Amino acid sequence: MSAATAAVGTQGDATPYYDGVVKNFVLASVFWGIVGFLAGDFIAWQLAFPALNLDLEWTTFGRVRPVHTNAVIFAFGGNALIGTSFYVVQRTCRASLFGGAGFGNFIFWTFQSLIVLAASSYVLGGSQGREYAELEWWLDIYLTVIWVCYLIAFAGTIMRRKEPHIYVANWFYLAFILTIAMLHLGNNLALPVVFFGGESWWKSYSLYAGVQDAMTQWWYGHNAVGFFLTAGFLAMMYYFVPKRAERPVYSYRLSIVHFWALIFLYIWAGPHHLHYTALPDWAQTLGMTFSVMLWMPSWGGMINGLMTLSGAWDKLRTDPVMRFLVSSVAFYGMSTFEGPMMSIKAVNSLSHYTDWTVGHVHSGALGWVAFVTFGSFYYLIPKLWGRRELYSLKLVGLHFWVSTVGVVLYITAMWISGIMQGLMWRAYDSLGFLQYSFIETVEAMHPYYIIRAVGGLLFVLGGLIMVYNMIRTIRGDVAAGEAQPMAAAARG
Amino acid sequence: MASMEKDSVSGQYTTGHEWDGIRELNTPLPKWWVYVFWACVIWSAAYMIAMPAWPGITDYTRGVLNYSSRNELQSDIKAQKQARSKFEAKIAAISVDDVVKDKDLRNFAMTGGKVLFNDNCAPCHGTGGVGAPGAYPNLADDEWIWGGELADLKQTISFGVRNTNENSRQSEMPKFGADGLLTAEQINQVADYVVALSSKGSTAGLPGEAIFAEQCVVCHQDGGVGSKDVGSPALNNNIWLFKGSKEQVKQLVINQVTNPQHGSMPAWSERLDETSIKMLTVYVHSLGGGK
Repeated sequence: MSAATAAVGTQGDATPYYDGVVKNFVLASVFWGIVGFLAGDFIAWQLAFPALNLDLEWTTFGRVRPVHTNAVIFAFGGNALIGTSFYVVQRTCRASLFGGAGFGNFIFWTFQSLIVLAASSYVLGGSQGREYAELEWWLDIYLTVIWVCYLIAFAGTIMRRKEPHIYVANWFYLAFILTIAMLHLGNNLALPVVFFGGESWWKSYSLYAGVQDAMTQWWYGHNAVGFFLTAGFLAMMYYFVPKRAERPVYSYRLSIVHFWALIFLYIWAGPHHLHYTALPDWAQTLGMTFSVMLWMPSWGGMINGLMTLSGAWDKLRTDPVMRFLVSSVAFYGMSTFEGPMMSIKAVNSLSHYTDWTVGHVHSGALGWVAFVTFGSFYYLIPKLWGRRELYSLKLVGLHFWVSTVGVVLYITAMWISGIMQGLMWRAYDSLGFLQYSFIETVEAMHPYYIIRAVGGLLFVLGGLIMVYNMIRTIRGDVAAGEAQPMAAAARG
Repeated sequence: MASMEKDSVSGQYTTGHEWDGIRELNTPLPKWWVYVFWACVIWSAAYMIAMPAWPGITDYTRGVLNYSSRNELQSDIKAQKQARSKFEAKIAAISVDDVVKDKDLRNFAMTGGKVLFNDNCAPCHGTGGVGAPGAYPNLADDEWIWGGELADLKQTISFGVRNTNENSRQSEMPKFGADGLLTAEQINQVADYVVALSSKGSTAGLPGEAIFAEQCVVCHQDGGVGSKDVGSPALNNNIWLFKGSKEQVKQLVINQVTNPQHGSMPAWSERLDETSIKMLTVYVHSLGGGK
């Protein structure tokens, strides 16, 4: 990876933008993305064919799953967020990155080392057993240091801005950085056993116990979705959609209202993960009602994303990059409707603990998070490496269709399997006996697990198409026979 | 800073700010968006009034409906228990043989037995009792190692096979090969004989016959019909714990005679109550056609 190279600002002044570090984050994001997708598809096949755990402790589902979730959320998503935030904040503030290339690359390399340490520790069996927060205490501290550096670099850049106002994308990035810091610290309060007479220096136990532990975990877990996977990626959307569409953002007022409503309401929604558990009824009520109120604030982002295309709808036909961005917003809208619906207790009593939840998460993770990242990267890569356009827009179109079919297979398989599972669990006969045993539900889900794994495979395949296109673009190649209308018409 | 200007497509004015070429329109909030948002807020407020919602220092607001998920669960459980208790009490009071004779009780035991079977037994014996290659016998045929009468089944289910329970069924086949009781050549010959027995082929003149008579008959009986008393499987049929071609079957017989494998089954009386075991017995009895 190239060291920091300062490109000269495009605003006509001499502000240097540090894009070398952005390149590093983009490359790392794509790399970890492929790793994470592969890990996910591997365990999807394991669910259909358990013998694929290879009978080795390191490759069992329980150890590879955190590798998958952490790789896609924090390594693929995290690198994408940090990288694009450095790109966006410099340009929308007309200021160079605070701390310069050196500080940026320090954040980059420490973050990559954290990822490697995390993945190794999961495979070797080191885990706190907290979903999406499996890092043990010593890695938690390391992440805290890196995250504070990131906050300093980002906020420092905003503070030296030459624009009078702070662009909406930066509000979302900042909300994401600050809230993740708070969640990370709150959820990971733990007692390392080594300080209390224990043998193991790497093992710790949570400070919380019982239902409080569960509540803290899901306060964190749901807001990781809210502030990492929603707020952070909305920030990307707010920069790259208007940029690619070359249209003004649909509504400034909507962006303000939905931003503050989203930030205020999201933080309450965690208890909906614990409906019908030992969690007190009042907490369940709050979790559910705040989730329902969250529906429109979430959709504010979708409206602003989609309506920004007014006057540029034709680009959906001509520009596959735009297709990725718009589809991501559509998936976002679908997931943020499905989420509040699933938080309603009556629905949740059917959907909870079933594959429906897994499908819901993936319509957000694949359809929204990954698609908006793909779209943004396809916009960003030619810019970063000084190319007129991508190596091939046709390959972007292929990537789009292969991935979309993959996502649709995944989601529909999980809908059917999840709802069937939920209905089978609750079916009683007239004598008061459960109609199906657990093992019968597992047998019934088998075909859908295969469909899901095939969908995942297509998604991996799409990712590899992107890697190829990216490498050729960086090398400066142009696919034979591509007229590149976007490049010629839009930027010529 | 750019000035406010009218966007020709939407007719809206921009806010006058510009960042890296991005401008924003001053479009008002979509009406439907505002209405739906308020509808959600009002619905949520009403729900909070109806249901337990806000914590205080020592208590929480109970809601006007006075709902409690704990009470709901307990009344659900009570209702289910009540519905079943009539039958369960009768089953508890009488023997399995009498349960089978009463049509309603048999029906109830079959239904409950299936649930119990699938939760507890199916992981090894398969749903429907089809068994699994290896150590898990098929329960859906009418061949039984330890007997297929109701009483036999109840005994096997209650105390299991080769476990630590003092009433467990016990039997072990000697390690004829590993302990040097038979030579490899003798084992090969007796395996040929057993394969012939199982396929109802001619056993005349096979050198293994004499070895079988000397070593095996004491448990597996004359002609290999097996004995339910000592749990020695019948060898005169084509039912094997391992499936395979004739050649594979011979190899498996050789393995078993040389260094036998023994399956094990838990004593379910340590985990299930008497009524459940009776219901399981009725269900398993029905699978194999019942002796």
